[in-house]
Amino acid sequence: MSGFTRHRRSKLLIATFTGFEADLLRSLAAQLVELLRNEAAVPRDDVDPLEAMMDFSGPTTEPDDPVLARLFPTAYPRDEESAAEFRRFTEGTLRDGKANAAITIIDGLEDAGLPPELTEEGLMIDVELDQPTAETWMRSFTDLRLALATRLEVEEGDEDYWHSLPDDDPRAQAHDIYDWVGYLQETLVQALSSR
Amino acid sequence: MSAASPVEVEPTRTPDEITVLAVPWVTIVWNDPVNLMSYVTYVFQKYFGYDKKKAEKLMLEVHEDGKSVVSSGSREEMERDVQAMHEYGLWATLDKQS
Repeated sequence: MSGFTRHRRSKLLIATFTGFEADLLRSLAAQLVELLRNEAAVPRDDVDPLEAMMDFSGPTTEPDDPVLARLFPTAYPRDEESAAEFRRFTEGTLRDGKANAAITIIDGLEDAGLPPELTEEGLMIDVELDQPTAETWMRSFTDLRLALATRLEVEEGDEDYWHSLPDDDPRAQAHDIYDWVGYLQETLVQALSSR
Repeated sequence: MSAASPVEVEPTRTPDEITVLAVPWVTIVWNDPVNLMSYVTYVFQKYFGYDKKKAEKLMLEVHEDGKSVVSSGSREEMERDVQAMHEYGLWATLDKQS
């Protein structure tokens, strides 16, 4: 695990993943895409079905899923009506943008040689990203980390708690993955900041 | 419909007040336990065009005070900024300038 660096001559942002790491990252990104696309954009069941079908605008209430509620926060905490309007006009676009960013990661890994099913041992995946693509990855890393942290209920300054869990605790393992994506993001931010 | 009526410029209003009245909205970014300090600084530089010093100052305000006003302007402009912050995964809201 080495994270991202900027290639001195080509200026590309580069990283090398083991097959296992690349497969894990693809799986996280795919889960995020599924979450973003699966929970109906208009999760209201109190409206007439025909009316619901004819309603092509976005949702107006906060998503039920806590991950989605964090990814699409309420913009006007003290003004319900304005918050609903803002959500109606932005949430669909934001969902598409986040899903497309996660798909950029999946495509990047597969273009770099990650097969649909990981079978080969010792496979290494070299990723080379131009600046805009690297910024998309960086943005999507945040979405992945927000999703993992919301599920794990990560809080400020709780590192000791996570370290105290036994290694075979699934939550400890999930937290290790969260830390790893954080490391990838940190090295990518540093690499993007260097010229 | 309305007819134009004679207008008198109010001589007591200073340019400063007029500017403040014209930009009564702010974008607020709130602290969260997830986003990296380096990333938040990068976003403030990239999106708002702030220099590194200003971006770091705002990031530290978010981190230490729990929130920071990162931009001000018209309501429409602030809605654009809040949407952009949500694109970047930052927890942002807008409010009238207090």
